[in-house]
Amino acid sequence: MSDESHVSHESGELPVTVVDSTRSWGFVDLGELSHYRDLMYFMVWRAIKVAYAQSIGGLAWAVVQPAIQILVFTLVFGGLVGLESDGLPYLLFSTAAIVPWTYMSGAMAAASGSLIGNAAMLGKVYFPRVIFPLTPILSMMVNFVISLVLIVAVLLYYKVTPTVNMWLLPVLIIYMMMVPLAFGLWLSSLAIRYRDVGIIMGYFMRMLMYTAPILYASNEVPEDMRWWYVLNPIVGVIEGYRSALLGGASPDMFIRWDSLISGLIVSFVLVVTGAVYFRRMERVVVDVI
Amino acid sequence: MSKALSLENVSKLYRIGSSEDLQTDAGAFQKFFLKPMANLRKYRSLYNFSAAELAGETESKDILWALRDVSFDIEQGDVIGVVGANGAGKSTLLKVVSRITPPTKGRLRVWGRVSCLLEVGTGFHAELTGRENIYMSGTILGMRKREVDAKFDEIVEFSGVGKFIDTPVKRYSSGMSVRLAFAVMAHLEPDLLIVDEVLAVGDAEFQRKCLNQMGEAGKQGRTVMFVSHNMSAVARLCRRGLYMEKGRLIQDAPISDVVYTYMTRGGNSAAEREWPDIEEAPGDDSARLRSVKIVNEKGAPAGTIDIGHAVGVQMTFDVLEPGHNLSPYITLVSDAGLDLFSSADSNKQFESTPREVGRYTTTAWIPAEFLAEGAHYVRVVMRAMNRQQLVFREPDVVAFNVTDERNTGFGHSWWEGKPKGVVRPNLNWTYEYTDPSMVIEG
Repeated sequence: MSDESHVSHESGELPVTVVDSTRSWGFVDLGELSHYRDLMYFMVWRAIKVAYAQSIGGLAWAVVQPAIQILVFTLVFGGLVGLESDGLPYLLFSTAAIVPWTYMSGAMAAASGSLIGNAAMLGKVYFPRVIFPLTPILSMMVNFVISLVLIVAVLLYYKVTPTVNMWLLPVLIIYMMMVPLAFGLWLSSLAIRYRDVGIIMGYFMRMLMYTAPILYASNEVPEDMRWWYVLNPIVGVIEGYRSALLGGASPDMFIRWDSLISGLIVSFVLVVTGAVYFRRMERVVVDVI
Repeated sequence: MSKALSLENVSKLYRIGSSEDLQTDAGAFQKFFLKPMANLRKYRSLYNFSAAELAGETESKDILWALRDVSFDIEQGDVIGVVGANGAGKSTLLKVVSRITPPTKGRLRVWGRVSCLLEVGTGFHAELTGRENIYMSGTILGMRKREVDAKFDEIVEFSGVGKFIDTPVKRYSSGMSVRLAFAVMAHLEPDLLIVDEVLAVGDAEFQRKCLNQMGEAGKQGRTVMFVSHNMSAVARLCRRGLYMEKGRLIQDAPISDVVYTYMTRGGNSAAEREWPDIEEAPGDDSARLRSVKIVNEKGAPAGTIDIGHAVGVQMTFDVLEPGHNLSPYITLVSDAGLDLFSSADSNKQFESTPREVGRYTTTAWIPAEFLAEGAHYVRVVMRAMNRQQLVFREPDVVAFNVTDERNTGFGHSWWEGKPKGVVRPNLNWTYEYTDPSMVIEG
C-alpha cells in the first residue's frame, strides 16, 4: 500500500505519512525497506533456523538434498539414457547445474507462496510486504553456499583446474538471485488474486527446468532455436556456472555471452516490472487474500 | 498541540459474496468453469468499486461499509477509547490507521511512527527461543535492533520469563509466552500506539500489570488508541471516547459519555443484559450465562437505585452438564474503573458439590446505605471449582446508577462538599455521655 503513501517532514515536527485511496503505479519504496532492514535480517534468520529446527540432519540437508538429485540424474540420464554431456563426465556436468538450480527452484517456490503463506501476519501488522518474497531469496543462499561443497568435491575428484572464467562467479550469484526474485515478485502478487498460480506452480517449475540445459547439453538445441532458447533466464545461469567452473575440463565450456546477456536483461526487466506490479497489488493484499 | 492522527471522510468498503452465486450448486459449478472471464471480473471487483457504489447511491446488497465517512483528529498525548458492539467497524478502523489495509475513500495522516497491537505474539515462532522471539517481534512491531538491545533486560524482567529466555517458546506454558509477547509490546515507544483487546488475556495479576503499563504510556504523553469491550478499563485509561455503530462514528465525546452510550445501546437499559440465543451466551459446555439484571428490593429491574435501598445483582444461568461445582462471584467496579469489592456466592455447598442440570437464578444483595453515589459496573464470573477453570468472565455486563435523592450525605454540604471515597457505608456509630459533675478535672 505504499504507493499512495509518502513521508514528508514538516518544519521540526514528526514526519507525516499520508495514506489515501488512490492506486497509482510506482516502484517499491526502497527508503522504507531500508528502515526495516533489521526486520529483514531477523526474518531471514528465522527462516533459516525454523527450516532445520528439530531435525537431526540440520544444515547437512542442504548438501544431502541436491546430492541425491545429482546421483539420481547421473544414474538415469548419464548412465541409463546416456545423454550427451559436452564430453564431460555426467556427474561433473550435472553437479555444476543442479546446485544453482536447487537454489533457484527452492527460492522461487518459497517466494511465490510467501504472501499466501503469511496471510495471518499480513492482517495483523504492517511492514513493507516485499520483505515476504525477499526472505527466502536471502535465506536460501545459506543452503546454496553450503551446497557449494558438492561442486568443490567433484572439481577435486575430477582434478579440474580453475580458469580465469572464475571471475564470472560473483556476477552469476547476483544473476542467480535475480531469477527467483523476478518470478517471486510476479507470482506472489498474482497468487493473491488467482490461486491458480499455486496450482500451476509445479508445472511451471518443470517447464523452466526442461527448457534449460540442466539435464542435457545446450549444444543439443538447434542453432536456429537458440534465439528463443536464451530468453529463459535459467539458461544463462546454468551455462554461466558451467563455463566459470568447468572451463579447465573441456574447451567447449567457454563463456556464452548470448545467454548471459539476454538472461540478465530478461531477469532485470522482470524484477523491475515485478516490483511495480507487486507494489500495486500489496495494498489490496489483505482485502483479497 | 500538534496532531498525531487525522482522518478525513475515511470509508472502507468490502464486497461480500452476493447471494446469486450460491443459489444452486450446479449453477455455481457451471459458472465457475464456463465463465473464467466472469471469475476474473469477480476477483477484480473485490477491491474495485464503481463510482455509484462509492458515492453510496446504489445500496447493493453485496457491499459492506465497514467504515463510512469517519473523520476525527487526535492530538499528541491523547488517550482515546474506541467502543462499539461487534461489527461496528472498530477493528477496521484500527487496521486502516495502522496501514494494514488502505481506505477505499478518504484520506488519513499519521505523524510519526505507529505500532499496532492487534493480537498478542505477532511474529512469534514456537521454534525460536524467547530471546530470538523478542527480537523478531520487536522488529516486526517497528523497533530497530538497537532499540530492542537497549530495552532487552527490561523486557525480560517485565515478562518474568527469566532463566527460560534461551529456551524455545514451544516449551513455554501459554501464560509465559503471552507474558513475553506482551512485554515486548509494552516496551515499544511509538508516537502512536494502537491497542486492540490484548488486555483480555493472561491472569488477573498480569492484566493489572498490562493496564498499568498502558496507563503509564498515556501519562508519559504517548498517544494511545485503545479498542476494548472492557468498559471499566476504557473508562480508566482514556480521556476521550469514540462510539461507533455500523461503520459510522456516532459520538466523539468525553469517555464517560461514550461508555454510557455503549452501555445503553440498542435502546436497552444498561441494567439488564440477556442472551436469548444460547449459542452466543457466555460460557462453555458446562454452563451458560443467560441474563444479568440489576433489581431493586421488590425484585423488579432497576437502572437507578436510591442510596437508601438495597440493590440486587441477579444472574440467571443454565447448567448444561452434571458434575460441575459451579460457584459465581461478582465484582463491582466504579466509573473510574476501580475494582470496589468482590463477593462470592455465599451458598458454599456449590463449591464442593456439583450442581444439578437446570436453570438457576441467583441474586447477590448489596445492602442499603453502602455504595457511593455514581455509576457502577458489574463484572460477573463463574468458576468451575472442580476443574479450576473460569466458565465465563463478563466485564461490565451491567451498570447502574446510585443516587441520593433525599440528600442523606452530609446534610448541608457546606463543609467539604460530597462525601469522600468510593463507598459510603452507613456505619454504626456508638457514643458515651458523661455528666459534667462526674468529670474529674486534673
